[in-house]
Amino acid sequence: MAVSAALTAGTRPQKAVSVEKAAEMIPDGAVLMIGGFMGVGSPHRLIAELVRQGRKDLTVICNDTSRPDNGVGLLVVARALRKVVASHIGTNPETQKQMIAGDIEVELVPQGTLAEQVRAGGYGLGGVLTPTGIGTPVEDGKQTIVVDGKTFLVEKPLRADFALVAAKRADYRGNLEYEMTARNFNPLMAMAAETVIAEPVEIVPTGVIAPDHVVTPHVLVDYIIQRSRPNGR
Amino acid sequence: MDDKIVIASRVALELAPGELVNLGIGLPTLVANYLPPGVEVFFQSENGLVGVQPVPEIGLEDEFLTDAGGSPVGAVPGACAFDSAFSFGLIRGGHLSATVLGGLEVDEDGHLANWMVPGKMVPGMGGAMDLVTGAKRVIVAMTHTAKGAPKIIPKCTLPLTSVRRVDLVVTELAVIAPTPEGLVLREIAPGVSVEQVVKMTAARLIVPADVAQMPVAA
Repeated sequence: MAVSAALTAGTRPQKAVSVEKAAEMIPDGAVLMIGGFMGVGSPHRLIAELVRQGRKDLTVICNDTSRPDNGVGLLVVARALRKVVASHIGTNPETQKQMIAGDIEVELVPQGTLAEQVRAGGYGLGGVLTPTGIGTPVEDGKQTIVVDGKTFLVEKPLRADFALVAAKRADYRGNLEYEMTARNFNPLMAMAAETVIAEPVEIVPTGVIAPDHVVTPHVLVDYIIQRSRPNGR
Repeated sequence: MDDKIVIASRVALELAPGELVNLGIGLPTLVANYLPPGVEVFFQSENGLVGVQPVPEIGLEDEFLTDAGGSPVGAVPGACAFDSAFSFGLIRGGHLSATVLGGLEVDEDGHLANWMVPGKMVPGMGGAMDLVTGAKRVIVAMTHTAKGAPKIIPKCTLPLTSVRRVDLVVTELAVIAPTPEGLVLREIAPGVSVEQVVKMTAARLIVPADVAQMPVAA
C-alpha cells in the first residue's frame, strides 16, 4: 500500500528483503513452521517462491495442509516435503495419497497440543502437560504424568530453523499486527524459530502500529518480505 | 423433514443465553440457524474468533474472516480475535460451555470416535480431541445409522477421540444421554417408536417408563 512521501522520508524498512532472496536462505531439508489455517494467514508469496525454486525434503510444522491449490498444499503438490507435523490433512487428498504411498511422513497432532508445543518451543519450556489425547492413539509412545490425581500427556516443545509468518501489517522495524482469523499460529511460530521471515500485507512506517497493538515485537522478526500485493497473496 | 434439520433444531434447544459454544463443521454448523428467538449465544471458531455469525450479505466476505473450514463468516459487534494457543486455552481450560460435533461411533461408555477410519480415512483430529476433552458439555449431532448400520454400538471399534464421556447424543430418531449407568433414551422423534429406536441401536439402551417426544422445528 502506498505511503506518503513525508512519512517515508529518511527511513526505510531495514529488514526488507525480496521474496526470492528470502526463499534462497532456506536450504533443502530445513525445518519450517508455516503460519495459517486453511491457507488463511499463510505466507502465500513465500510458499509460491519455495515451490518455484524447487525446494526439497522440507519438514513443515503447520496447522493443516489446506487444499492442493492453496497455502501449504502447494508445497505438498510440488513434493517439496519430507515430513509434515499438522493437526489436519483431510482437505488435501494429495497429502493423504503421498502419506499412504510412503512418500511423505505425517505426524498428526491435536490442534491445541500443536499450538502449545510451538508455544513451549518459543517460551523456553520443556514441554506441556495436556489431558488431550489420553486413551487415544495420540498417547502411544508418550510419557504420562499424574498431577493431583489427574493424568496428563507430556508433549515436547517444537522448534524450527525458520518460521514463515503472515501478518496484516509490519512496521519498518518489523513489529507485526495481525487480522482476525489470519492470526492463528503466526505469533506463536514467530517465537519458536531461529530465523523469522514475515510476509505482511503492507509495510508501514515505524510508529503507525501502536505499541498496544503490536502482537509480535520486532526483536523476533529477522526479515520482512517487500511489496506484498494488496490482498496479501 | 430433513434429518439434518431435525437434529440441528433439537440441539439448538440445548443452548442457553450467554453461552460460549463451538460448532463443528458440517451438520453442527446448522445449529446456529435454529436458536430459539431471544437466545443469544456466542459462537467460537477455533481458528481464533469469538462472535462468529454467518456472512451478513453476499459480497461482504473477507478473506481474513473465516471458520475452521476456511469458509467466510461474519463477526458480531463485540467479536474478538486471538491466536491458536489462546483459542485452545478457552477450549481446554473449561471456558467453553458446549461443543457440538459430528460422530462416527458412540458407545455404551459414552465414548466418541469421530476422527479416523484406519486404512480408509485419516484426515486428522484437528481440534476435536481438545474440544471433547475440554468443553463443559459435549453434544454429538449425528445420524442414527450409517448406510443402515448402527453408529451407537456397545464398544467403539474406531480410535477414540477422547476417553471423556459425552453428555448428549442427538440423532434424527432419538435423544440419548450417556450416564455412568449406560445410555439412557430420553426422547424419541415424532412418528418413531421406542422399538424402532432400540432396533436401530446396537448398544444397550436404558428405556425409562416415560420417554418424551423430541421437539423439532416447526
